[in-house]
Amino acid sequence: MNVTCDFLVIGAGPAGMAAAATAARLGLSTVLVDEQATLGWQIYRQVEGRGDNPPGVSHLDWVRGAALAAEFRASGAAYQSGTQVWQLDKDRKVYVTDGTKAACIVARRVFIATGAMERPVPLPGWTLPGVMTVGAAQIRYKTSQWVPQDGAWLAGSGPLVWLYAAQVLEAGGRIAGILDTAPPANTARALRHTMGALRNWATVQRGRALQQRVRAAGVAVYKHVSALEAKGDGQLSSVRYCINGQWHEKPASLLLLHQGVVPHAHATLSLDAAHRWDERQRCFAPVVDAWGNLSVDGYAAAGDCAGIVGAEASALQGRLAALEGARALGVIDATQRDAQAAPVRAALLRHLPIRPFLDALFAPRASLFEPADDVLVCRCESVTARQIRDAVALGCVGPNQMKAYTRCGMGPCQGRMCGLAATEIIARTRNVSPSEIGLFHVRPPLKPLSLSEFAALAEG
Amino acid sequence: MTQTADTVVIGGGVVGSAIAYGLAKRGARVTILDEGDDAIRASRVNFGLVWLHGKGDGMPAYGFWTRRSTELWPRFADELKAETGIDTHYVKSGGLSYCLGETEYARETETLQRMREQAERDPYETRMVDRGDLMRMMPGVTFGAEVLGASYGPHDGHVSPLNLLHALHTALMRLGVDYRPGSSVLEVTPAATAGGGFEVRTANETFSTPKVVLAAGHGIMPLMRPLGFEVEILAERGQIMVTERMAPMGLLPANGVRQTAEGTLLIGTTNEDAGYDVSTTPQAGASMVRRAIRVIPALAHVRVVRTWAGLRTLTKDESPIYEESARYPGAFLATCHSGVTLAAVHATDLADAIYNGKLGADIEPFHSQRFLDTKHGR
Amino acid sequence: MAAERITVYVDGAAVTVSANDSAASAALQAGIGYTRLSPITGEKRAPYCMMGMCFECLMVIDGVPSRQACMVTVRPGMRIERQTGARVLS
Repeated sequence: MNVTCDFLVIGAGPAGMAAAATAARLGLSTVLVDEQATLGWQIYRQVEGRGDNPPGVSHLDWVRGAALAAEFRASGAAYQSGTQVWQLDKDRKVYVTDGTKAACIVARRVFIATGAMERPVPLPGWTLPGVMTVGAAQIRYKTSQWVPQDGAWLAGSGPLVWLYAAQVLEAGGRIAGILDTAPPANTARALRHTMGALRNWATVQRGRALQQRVRAAGVAVYKHVSALEAKGDGQLSSVRYCINGQWHEKPASLLLLHQGVVPHAHATLSLDAAHRWDERQRCFAPVVDAWGNLSVDGYAAAGDCAGIVGAEASALQGRLAALEGARALGVIDATQRDAQAAPVRAALLRHLPIRPFLDALFAPRASLFEPADDVLVCRCESVTARQIRDAVALGCVGPNQMKAYTRCGMGPCQGRMCGLAATEIIARTRNVSPSEIGLFHVRPPLKPLSLSEFAALAEG
Repeated sequence: MTQTADTVVIGGGVVGSAIAYGLAKRGARVTILDEGDDAIRASRVNFGLVWLHGKGDGMPAYGFWTRRSTELWPRFADELKAETGIDTHYVKSGGLSYCLGETEYARETETLQRMREQAERDPYETRMVDRGDLMRMMPGVTFGAEVLGASYGPHDGHVSPLNLLHALHTALMRLGVDYRPGSSVLEVTPAATAGGGFEVRTANETFSTPKVVLAAGHGIMPLMRPLGFEVEILAERGQIMVTERMAPMGLLPANGVRQTAEGTLLIGTTNEDAGYDVSTTPQAGASMVRRAIRVIPALAHVRVVRTWAGLRTLTKDESPIYEESARYPGAFLATCHSGVTLAAVHATDLADAIYNGKLGADIEPFHSQRFLDTKHGR
Repeated sequence: MAAERITVYVDGAAVTVSANDSAASAALQAGIGYTRLSPITGEKRAPYCMMGMCFECLMVIDGVPSRQACMVTVRPGMRIERQTGARVLS
């Protein structure tokens, strides 16, 4: 059965919930589809399930998330949880599946809010069991308050490293040590954006407090780590790291990696919408206007999937996109839209100034983008950095011919884990900017679905 | 600055690369001008069948030419593997076209009969097999109730089209072929004096060559007229889907479904027996999938990882066009929709003919003159 | 206000987990180490991202293969099994 609606929202994080609630309030028939079982996506995971914030999760954040979820629930927007979007057509037919049968939702406007993912950075041994991302461990914390008891190694760069470490300590877990890979030059670069940082001074202070708490708990922090390796035979047994040209090795049972977050742009890429290379955040993001409109008619995207802005700014951007949707569908006029948008924009301006400071402070080390030849880049198809470089030597100028030669990006994750890393490798091999290289073409289905689900799609 | 080559091949897909490979092996100094990462690349929508079955209905020469390629394929695959270490996964397994229900079975029987009778001798050697035969040929597979049988072509087989292109390009590099990606050709100009060769111009460079081969699929359209070619090339959209990797199922390749050497299953349509819709909508995909499930019901639980669609180059009668310009000798054109099946004969017989500057009797029937002749009611 | 605890079976062994947990999380708590073998190299792999991106947690859940275990919420009695290499058609 085809469902028709005015405003379809993909993703139930802050941007999606805020957009859906705003659109429904304005009278648009609104549907929110999300692949998770519960509202909140990653940042507000389980926000409806608990009365209060878990230890180490800011009470203020928790209240904000819960309020968004409540606003969404009260708005009258329809909510389809456990629903995977697998194809987006330019004519705004959106194909979904509930895990048993595929269906089509025909929408007059589609708003994509698929959030962020942790930047995948291949390194030796990163496929070993026992190696995960910091975000993965934090999801276990948010869903069932699991924290490592045997001591986890945290490695990388980004606010999440410190936030998660503090959460683990507060919840009674153990951190074996933090391997900070941020290059020393980051501090000086960040200081150029001091003005922005000053305007969000509370955020800076929160970050500093987290770091102090972790250090005060006696967690060993190793700075200027220039290279990392996970070692083990079928299971992580140790972590090797290099500081000042000296390699060290420590026993490890859990190694958590993090190199910041990047837009999860799979949906917008699959639409062939225009994307841009963001040098500051070292990622591709869809090109959007001030209302989140994409280059494809009737489609918009906002929140972290359109460029990393954080949860609060994401929710605000979601509201702007909903206002624009209502205008485009003739429910309000441009004047009404602008009037309602004014306070949202003002709030947005309060959240964004700190971004350049944070991006510079936690920027990933450049050498991470040049993994050694034998490092697996594509986890699904087991393709190494050398195979990618060989394809370039053979005349592949971009990732798509390379993919055809190596199968890199052809596995079930559809290039989510290797795409950006492969582009960085090709760019460095060819000595040009990733902006000239581009990304893999993203083909439907956005996630695998069974032939029987596919076959259930109604004809016509 | 003008550069020189013995032959400039325009197009670095399977067709251009196979011809260039053959020319380079015969000692020619070849330059290939190719598009960039976003080239249309019909090989990317190729199903990977090396297929004789159903080729040349109404044009037996195409049947013989394809048969010749299937004969050459085993050696061609071995050669590529020896030279590059890349396995194209070519297997001459025989191939099937499944028949669901009596109408399809009867229609297929009739088609085989008709095609056999068109030629003075039978290039195909196809035969109908019934459900019992299929079960004996593929003991591990459980067929749907509607599968009454199939047509079977003993010369058919399958190959990885991606590995084929990879192997060809690796071989080209080893043979010293000058491969230029990101070099879209803007113009090919014949010299003022007959036999004076050609100037091939890209955005940044000019190449001077006595011989030029247009082998760029749809990309040859804007280039051919100044060289005296008047051929019509149509676009056909094709859709293919690929599944997760499965353990080997013991399937013979068929149009509609085949298992690759990697274990993934390809589901889709091939170029002939257009029993399937080939548009790009999920609805068309769903109907392809429904048919695959009717053939092998257990496929219902396998997951589709990727679907994609692309353009195939097609001529009006679906047979290839090969010709040398009458007005400007030295300019050759090659276009077909079965570049993978024909790669072996392109790398040998066709490359030989181009190298020697004479398209012989076996190639003559593929001149586009045939369309004019038909129009005049020959 | 902790969620209720339920019992699931990871490779046949009973494990008690939070009702909010994902099947991948249950597999990790069961201590089985790896959750699948790569269909290409046979290497051991385990959940990496826990948010539906990496597909390393593909497991057989209640008899259905190749499910993203991190995206499936546990249910009482759920059978969660390792996926070893390429699937066999059955």
